[in-house]
Amino acid sequence: MVETTIEPLDKKISALRVSPAQHLHGAFVDAGVTGAFGVRLREEQFLTMVGLRVAVGSPDRARLAKIVGAELPARCGEVATGHDVVVLWLSPDEFLVISQSVAGSTLVSYLRAGLSEGGAAAVVDLSANRTTLRLEGPSAQAVLEKGCPLDLHPRVFAPGTAVATNIGRVPVILWKVDLDSYRILPRSSYADYLGRWLVDAMAEFKVLGSG
Amino acid sequence: MILISCPDCGPRDETEFHYGGQAHVPYPEDPSALSDEEWGRYLFYRENTKGIFAERWVHSAGCRKWFNVLRDTVTYRIAAVYRNGEPRPSLDGDPQ
Repeated sequence: MVETTIEPLDKKISALRVSPAQHLHGAFVDAGVTGAFGVRLREEQFLTMVGLRVAVGSPDRARLAKIVGAELPARCGEVATGHDVVVLWLSPDEFLVISQSVAGSTLVSYLRAGLSEGGAAAVVDLSANRTTLRLEGPSAQAVLEKGCPLDLHPRVFAPGTAVATNIGRVPVILWKVDLDSYRILPRSSYADYLGRWLVDAMAEFKVLGSG
Repeated sequence: MILISCPDCGPRDETEFHYGGQAHVPYPEDPSALSDEEWGRYLFYRENTKGIFAERWVHSAGCRKWFNVLRDTVTYRIAAVYRNGEPRPSLDGDPQ
């Protein structure tokens, strides 16, 4: 199989890469609010993301669990933390493996080693498919609630869960990393729209904070 | 807005789903043996039920899986949700 792989750890190439929301960096900084109504937005650039598809009940699952260092998540919302990687549940047979430290091509070759010959499974480097926006602060939940159909109350949406949903009509993966801290993963082409949508949704809290 | 319980993701707003029309329409066993009229009936003719209707939905904003729903076309109330490939569940007072 021929693939275009970009090594984020290669400094020469890294210097030339432009992330999907890089042009909004200044707008994100300006939109930040501190204090009791605080909310901040930034882009986490170039996380490695590998799409993993493996059938329900496949023997490959046990081998893959050994490679990532954790059982694959079993139900909606579950996030499994392994060695240097995090695995998000996308559907019963689809997962997203995310890493900050392992390069895409390396992670792909590690995971492929867990697949049996002729088995119904796929491992594809999707690092360029999505970007990551990090929304943090006491008002983060209120900002998301303006455009997300889910119940985001901590009683229902606990820290350490990730779900696929919509924010401001954009299909995203919403990952609650911690209380008041979210990673939002839109497809790259939506990053500009969603970034501006979030900046607009945050504006109200700047007024509240200054008053 | 209806709240649909995806078999994998749980209750979500209707806006996360797309509609797929009538469920349990089997693909013809030998499509090339059909007359144009029979093929046209398979492609375009569907029930227009008043009451409980078996229909397909896909959770396009979530797990992207297709599943079947029994929905009352008068009240919009969802009577049952079941996975693709499972038989239509029987309900009290449902003429099928």
